[in-house]
This record gives sequence, structure tokens and C-alpha cells, in this order.
Amino acid sequence: MTASTADVLDYDEVLARFDPVLGLEVHVELSTNTKMFCGCPTAFGAEPNTQVCPVCLGLPGALPVVNGAAVESAIRIGLALGCDIAEWCRFARKNYFYPDMPKNFQTSQYDEPIAFDGKLDLELEDGTVVEVGIERAHMEEDTGKSLHVGGATGRIHGAEHSLLDYNRAGVPLIEIVTKPITGTGARAPEVARAYVTALRDLLRALGVSDVRMDQGSLRCDANVSLMPKGTTVFGTRTETKNVNSLRSVERAVRYEMTRQAAVLAGGGEILQETRHFDESTGSTSAGRRKETSEDYRYFPEPDLVPIAPSAEWVEKLRATLPEMPWQRRKRIQADWQLSDLELRDLVNAGAVDLVAATVDAGATPNEARAWWVNYLSQEANTRGVELAELPITPAQVARVAAMVADGKLTNKLAREVVDGVLAGEGEPDAVVAARGLEVVSDDSALYAAVDEALAAQPDVADKIRGGKVQAAGAIVGAVMKATKGQADAKRVRELILERCAG
Amino acid sequence: MSDLTHSTAAELAAKIHAGEVSSVEVTRAHLDRIGAIDETVHAFLHVDTDGALAAAQRVDDDVAAGRPVASPLAGVPLALKDVFATEGIPTTCGSKILENWIPPYDSTVARKLRDAGVVVLGKTNMDEFAMGSSTENSAYGVTRNPWDLDRIPGGSGGGSSASLAAFQAPLAIGTDTGGSIRQPASVTGTVGVKPTYGGVSRYGLVAFSSSLDQGGPCARTVLDAALLHEVIGGHDPLDSTSIDAPVPPVVAAAREGAAGDLRGLRVGVVREFTGEWYQDGVIAAFDQAVEALRGLGAEVVEVSCPHFDYALPAYYLIAPSECSSNLARFDAMRYGLRVGDENGNSAEQVMALTREAGFGAEVKRRVMVGTYALSSGYYDAYYGQAQKVRTLISRDFERAFGDVDVLVSPTTPTTAFRIGERVDDPVAMYRADLCTIPANLAGTPAMSVPAGLSDDDGLPVGLQVMAPALQEQRMYKVAAAYEAARDKAWGGPLINRVPELEVAAR
Amino acid sequence: MPNISREEVAHLARLARLAVTEDELDKFAGQLDVILQSVASVGEVAAQEIPPTSHAVPLRNVFRADEPRPGLSQQQALAGAPAVEEGRFRVPRILGEEA
Repeated sequence: MTASTADVLDYDEVLARFDPVLGLEVHVELSTNTKMFCGCPTAFGAEPNTQVCPVCLGLPGALPVVNGAAVESAIRIGLALGCDIAEWCRFARKNYFYPDMPKNFQTSQYDEPIAFDGKLDLELEDGTVVEVGIERAHMEEDTGKSLHVGGATGRIHGAEHSLLDYNRAGVPLIEIVTKPITGTGARAPEVARAYVTALRDLLRALGVSDVRMDQGSLRCDANVSLMPKGTTVFGTRTETKNVNSLRSVERAVRYEMTRQAAVLAGGGEILQETRHFDESTGSTSAGRRKETSEDYRYFPEPDLVPIAPSAEWVEKLRATLPEMPWQRRKRIQADWQLSDLELRDLVNAGAVDLVAATVDAGATPNEARAWWVNYLSQEANTRGVELAELPITPAQVARVAAMVADGKLTNKLAREVVDGVLAGEGEPDAVVAARGLEVVSDDSALYAAVDEALAAQPDVADKIRGGKVQAAGAIVGAVMKATKGQADAKRVRELILERCAG
Repeated sequence: MSDLTHSTAAELAAKIHAGEVSSVEVTRAHLDRIGAIDETVHAFLHVDTDGALAAAQRVDDDVAAGRPVASPLAGVPLALKDVFATEGIPTTCGSKILENWIPPYDSTVARKLRDAGVVVLGKTNMDEFAMGSSTENSAYGVTRNPWDLDRIPGGSGGGSSASLAAFQAPLAIGTDTGGSIRQPASVTGTVGVKPTYGGVSRYGLVAFSSSLDQGGPCARTVLDAALLHEVIGGHDPLDSTSIDAPVPPVVAAAREGAAGDLRGLRVGVVREFTGEWYQDGVIAAFDQAVEALRGLGAEVVEVSCPHFDYALPAYYLIAPSECSSNLARFDAMRYGLRVGDENGNSAEQVMALTREAGFGAEVKRRVMVGTYALSSGYYDAYYGQAQKVRTLISRDFERAFGDVDVLVSPTTPTTAFRIGERVDDPVAMYRADLCTIPANLAGTPAMSVPAGLSDDDGLPVGLQVMAPALQEQRMYKVAAAYEAARDKAWGGPLINRVPELEVAAR
Repeated sequence: MPNISREEVAHLARLARLAVTEDELDKFAGQLDVILQSVASVGEVAAQEIPPTSHAVPLRNVFRADEPRPGLSQQQALAGAPAVEEGRFRVPRILGEEA
């Protein structure tokens, strides 16, 4: 017997004996107004079976017509990935029976994808750049959704019956397939995650999809195989599905590597199969064995005519490509005067968009970066969520930064305000009011004057810090002079000592 | 028997639009005729009495109010093949699997008919999912040929052809994948036209073989077919394969042809369409028809289309392949029959049990042949090769039409055969489509016009006229000219020689 | 050329989701054999250099504008369904990919 799912090999041992090979298939739902082949809306979360028509329900006699906007998105994605765009291509029918597929064939592309042979450069956390080859990007349609009733909650296994909603059936999908990714060694899981992250950012920049992994508008299937060190023949691969977050991509790849290594080390064979990732256990399990090997009986879709994008059309679309994420990072580095390390921290924290939005809302790049990359990243880590999922907006962060700049908040108080916003206490100003955090407004001017005077007489400041409290008199005099005698000398003295205490 | 049921569509339209007779009267006459003889003929699977009368009333209201009528055929009754989706009216495709299915939408052809004020009487019987040449493959019983009730009315559109020959309707709609309009027309002495592929929308036509299926007009005269052609033809944005071009001027061509002058026209006789499978009486009638064309001034030459010999095998690979995919949707999940949903059976099992119970033998055979031909190990040898043969057949047509204006042949090798004669011999059944299939493979238009009666059995023979893509007017002109000459030679319309049917209500 | 066994018919029937009977296996094995032999003559045609025809008319680039069109109501969508529950099509248990 082969796959005992409990057995995994120690990661270091895996790498001592095997080289991993990855292949990633990403399905992205396009955010077009209508479906791939009919005029039904694509909005997420509608009442079941209310965004359907004869075409996407597969009613007898209904015929598909290609959504031109989806083709444009496909071409733009292909161009952004550096692909060649087919001069001529067709749709094909992929025939297999499954209740979530109304026609029992999926209209897809087979040997004639609209885009092929591209690449995507990834930057890993330490700055290493990895080039991932793109095999193809092709157009197809999504399936409906099933709800499994009876048995374990929501699981297909053991269910008594299922309920089908075809609102999602026919939503345009682009499937993006990498070439085999080799030579990544121990970093294979990290590369997998970085690839999906980079692709997500690219698709978001193109504006072609919501790229929400949690809602399924971006889905990743991870193909993993191992080959013994020193060999070049790929091993048998498994395809892991249900990988619904960036973190899961990394975990699933790592788990499959350790599982496959254990099977191979025990003299077993890897079965070419579909596996299912379980978020809660971080492991994968085998899908149902098929009695017969899948034979999809592809043939050209007779109901749709070939697509032959003209060179003019492709060039017109190329001109619509926005600034690519990597180009944007370069620009931001220059605009914000960041070191390579600072940029990398910013990127690794997943904070580029958030910082940019905070800067747009009025904060300086350094303030915005300090909040997101340092304070909020820690908070996100603690909570185990993506930075963008924290319940605070760039505008709110910018507001807090503005209050600090105005002297209304000290940094310490500002953190309390942010904590209040994160705790759901409302807008920053509301938190300040509710918690009574604002510093006395008179003091803000005094602080500035004190800081200035201390800075002007560093030797005196050092004496005070050294414990010679009486030396503060000179600073008090300077502040009184600077404020034209309108400050409270006793208060000024307190402030001086406070400033020199920390 | 009444004058109304024996009139042509053109005559009825003229009388209705002139207010000489109401559409309701005309419609009632046909509904009465259906009521009287359909127990015998069984052309209809569903009669929409209320809908038909309501449609007729709307036309009468227009006429009474002096409003322009919706189309030249407004108020004229029609029999619609049960393969077109009709909103609110059952659509079965002759299959148990769709028993009681009521579509929530209209096919484009049905919508165009309704918009044109054509009165749809009901839905006609057919071979299950249009697979067959005799209408014996209907799950709802055979349709009988009004010329001889022991014989088949052709197929798959036997209900439509029989309804015309039985004077239940002056117009009908069929679909032609390998000959399902033309062969039934041939064996019932009626006119049937397969337009250029893409000429009539397939939206709502339940697919048999998507790259071959084409809806078209059926009638008792060439002019009536032309009038109907112009109603149902034209571009449809809901069908990606619909041609965005005006409907060829077929009505004008039919009127012009009726003048009987074919001088300057070159007619090619396809050399390959003769031989062991052809009935003597059919060949004799065809030869006479060709002589008649000469007599009308046409120049007749023999033309060779060498790859036509491979049309039948190519067709019987392509059509089953596409049908195996098209019919996959009948799976008991969303509509139609469901069998075996008990004892904890899985969806997979229920699908297989339902399809087993819901499909007839011919459908199962073709689905399996298609599944075989598309399988990875066989694709190149079967489906791939058949598609190459298809290219060669198109090239044969191109070469031929470089030399002649139209091609002619018998429509089908024999007259109507006896019910039951070929049910256990699928390959013999398939030969009924020998002459009709090349036009489907090439997407070119072709029609069948009655060419007299076979001298060996007294049954109708069809003359097939084929034209280049979007050149329908050529074949209509030839057919109309021939029709006029034939009626002159036979001393009146051939269709009037149909035996009087026993009226069921006695 | 072809020689279709009962096993092959059974395999095709499985792929095509047809719960064929034992009698049918025998009958179809013979008939499919005859049919496939009669169509095998396409292989006689020398067509190596010939492009296949997938579509009868040479159309290209037929697209629809990305504009919503009215579809069916939930009630219309479900009207023909063999079984319905909670606004959805109710189907027997699905033997899925998932374990």
C-alpha cells in the first residue's frame, strides 16, 4: 500500500534526498459585468439561481456567445505576463459529467490557448528574484456551486443529497498555468506563495478581477512532485485543490513534499491523483479514486467560431496595460527614497497598496510606512490575518498620523488611538474623545519650544539627562525667551524634565 | 376536406389579408383536419389549440383595424417540429427524457414566427433528437405517410412532412442535419429546404449535431417555402454561427422561376449519386426531371464530386461525436426525466439510470459511437479524419460550382420504405441520407422538390437542387421553374394525388 | 479495423452515463461493430495535408458586448426541475473528488 496520509518526512531530510518540482494552476474569475457566454450578471452572493438564463443553465437549445470584454481581459493578462497572443484560437469542449456543470461539458480551450509562453518574476523575502515560466493562459467558464446536505457539515462525503445553485455557472475564468518550476529546493513552498502573491498583485493592477481568494475569485491548484537528488526525470505529481489562502499555498506545498518524501522513502509509489487541502490540519487527503482514467474527449466547440485577434487589437490592448507591480515598486522606491531593505520590508509586509493609500490620504511616506510595516504588521501577525484584513483603513491611519504631526497626540497616545480603532471604537477622533487621549493643546506649542531649546544646547541637555536637574534653568530661560514670556515656567520645567527623562 | 386546407400558404395569406376569410376560420379548418385525421397520421405530438386561435385572432384584429399585417404570412397556420423550444408549450424532441418539459424561453425561429403573425398549430413528431430517417425512433410512436399509411414519412422530420401531405398545415418547419428536411419532403411529395448553415438561427433548436444542424422551411409549393424562408431567416446575435447578411432574395427567385425560363443556367448532375442503392423508379423519375430542366433551357452537364462517396461515413462520425456531447446535458439534474432517485443512489447512478431509461436505442448507439470516435486513442483516425474529409467535400463543391450554377441529384435513393423495414439495420437506414449529407458537411444550401411518382411503386420521388453558400435564390428559381413544368406535365399539382384519408370521426 | 467487445461497449456506456443492460451489451457490441466498420472508410482518403473543417461557415471573432440581459427568475429556472429545495436544484448525493 502506498499513501498513508499520516506519515511525513522531516523537511530537512526531504531536501537532502529530493528536489521538488512545482506546477501551479491559478483560476481567476474575471470581474466582467456578465458571464462568459451569456448576459447574466456575475455579482457574488446573490440569491441562488437568480443570475441564470437558458444558456448558463444549459437548457436544451440554448447557445453561447462570447463576451468580448472577457477576451480583452484574457489578452491583457497574457500581455502582462509577457505571453505570445494566439493569432487564431478556438474554444473546445471538455466532456465529463458533474452535476455542477449544466451542459456536462466545460467550454474551455484545449490545445489552442489565447496566450502562451510568458514569464513572471517574483521577489522572495530576502530579495532573491525567481523567474517563473508561464505555459499558457486560457479562457473557460466556472461551474455552479453545490451545497451538501446531511452527513458532516457542508462536506460532500457522507452527504445525503446536494443542492445546486448555478449563479456562478458560466462566470468567465482565466486559467493560468506555469511551466514546471524546478531548482527551488527548500524554498519551493515560499516560491509557490510568492508566485500566487505576485500574480494576484498583477491581476489587481490590471483591474480584471477581485482576486479574492476567500471568495474564490482567485483559486490555486498546486501540482507537486519530487525527484531524487541527482536525477532529472520528474516524479509522479499530485494536484492539491482547495487551497484558499496565500498561507495555505505555502503550507500545502510543504505538506505534499514531506508526505510524498515519506511515501518514496518507504519504497512506495506516488499515485497521480487529486488531493484536498484541509485548512485546519494543514494536511492533504486523497480524492475518490476514479474507476477509469479520465478521458475528456476534447473537440472544437462547434457553437463558437474561432477567435483571431488582429495585431491592431492586441496593440491597442497593450497600450491599456497599467503600471505593473514591479514597475510601481521601482517608482515608489525612488519617490519615497527607500533603501532596498526598506522596500523589501514594505513589499514583504504586503503593505505597498496600504501605505500608498495612506500617503494619498495625507500622511508622509515615512509615517505611513512606520504604521503599517511596524505597528500594524505585528498586529496582523498576532491576529493571523492579512494586513489588508485589519479593521482599519488607510484614511484612519492618515488621520492619526496627522494628529501626531499637529502635536495633538504623542506617539504613545497615537498607538492607543489605533488600538481603539482596531477594537471597533469608531473613527480616530471618536476614540480620542471617548478615551480622553488628547494632550493639552497649550502643551503642544511648549513641547516644540522645549525640543528646540534642548537641541540648541546639547551640552546642557546632556547635563540634565546626567542628573543635574538644576541645569534646567538655562533651558527654561531659553524657552521663556522663545515664547516671549507667555509660557508657564513651572510647566516648562516639568516638560523639560519629562523630555530628558526618557 | 375543405378548400382552406388544400390552399397554398400564399393563397391563404392573400385571402386573410384581403379580409375574404379570417385567420381564425383558416386556423379552425386546420385544427379540425388535425382532429379528424391525426389519430391515423400521428403527425403531431402537441396541438396548441388555444394559442393558435389567439394568434389567429390577433391577425384578424390587425386586418379588421386596417393595420398593416406583421408579415406576408401573417395568419397562416404552421406545424413546428418539436425540436424548437417554445415558451410555455411542451418540447420533447421525440424523447422520453424530455416528456412534459415546458421551456421557459422561445427559440429564435419560434419567436420570429410569432412576431410574423404565423399561427403555430402545434409541435410535430420526429425521430428522437432528430436521429433517424423514418420517424420510427420517436418515443411517442410512428408517423404514417399519407401516401401509404404503411410507409414511413421520412425522418427525422416525418411529422412536419406528413402534416403537409395530410393537409393539416400548409407550412411546416423542419431541421436538417443530414437530410431531415429534404428526405421527408422527398418521400411525401412536398418541398423542403435546408438553407445555408448560419442562414436560420439555431438558438433554441435543441442540438443534435451543432456544426451540421440547420432549420428550414417546409411547404407544398416552392413559393410557400420561399415565403417562409424569408420569415425565419436572417442574422441572430444569440447564435454565434449565424451569418450577418441579408436573407437571399428567395421569394423573388421563386416568382421569377415560375415563368419557366432557365436559359443560360448550367446544371450539374452529380455522377456519384447513382448505383446499387438507387431504386430504378427513382432514377427514372430523376432522369425525367433532368430532361425537364433541359426543356426549360438549362444546359445540363455531368459533374464529378469524388469525395461525396466519403460523405456518409464522415457524417456518421461527426454527427454522433457532436451528439454525444450535446446530449450529455440530459442528466436528470435540472429538467426532464429522473429515474432511480431512491435507495441512496448517487447522482452518478441516477444519471446513468435516467439516460438508460430516457433514450431510445438509436440515440444510445450514436452517443456510444461518438464517445468512441472522440476518445483520445481514436480521435485522429475518426473525428479528425472525418473533419478532413469534410474539407475535401467542400472543395468538391467549390470546384463544381466553379463550373455550374446548381447541382442536382435524387434527394434520397428510394421512395418511402415500409414501417419496420429498416429498424434493425442501422446502416441501411443511414443510406437514406446518401445524397443529402454533402450539403450539410459543406454548409451549403439544398432543397428537395417533388419530381413525380416512381413508376415502380407510385410513390413520390424528390429532386434535390444544391447551390453555393448564400446563393439560395439559384435553387429556388430552378425548383420553381421545374415545379411549374412538372405541374403542366402532370396536369396539376402532384400533391393532389395523395389518397383521401379516412376521417377518424365517423 | 474496429472490433468492439462487450467490455468496450461497457466502457463507452460508463463514459456516456448509460446504465445499459446485459442484453444491450450484446446487441450494441454487434451493431457498433457494423457501424464503425462502415464508417472506417474515411481512413482510405489521403488527407494528411488537408486542414480539418470544424465549422461550416468561415466566421471569426463573433463577440457580445459585456451588457447584462434579462435572464430567468428563480421560479422559471426551477420550474422544470425534478426536485427543488431552498431555491436550489435538489440532486442525489454526489460522489465527489473530495475524500
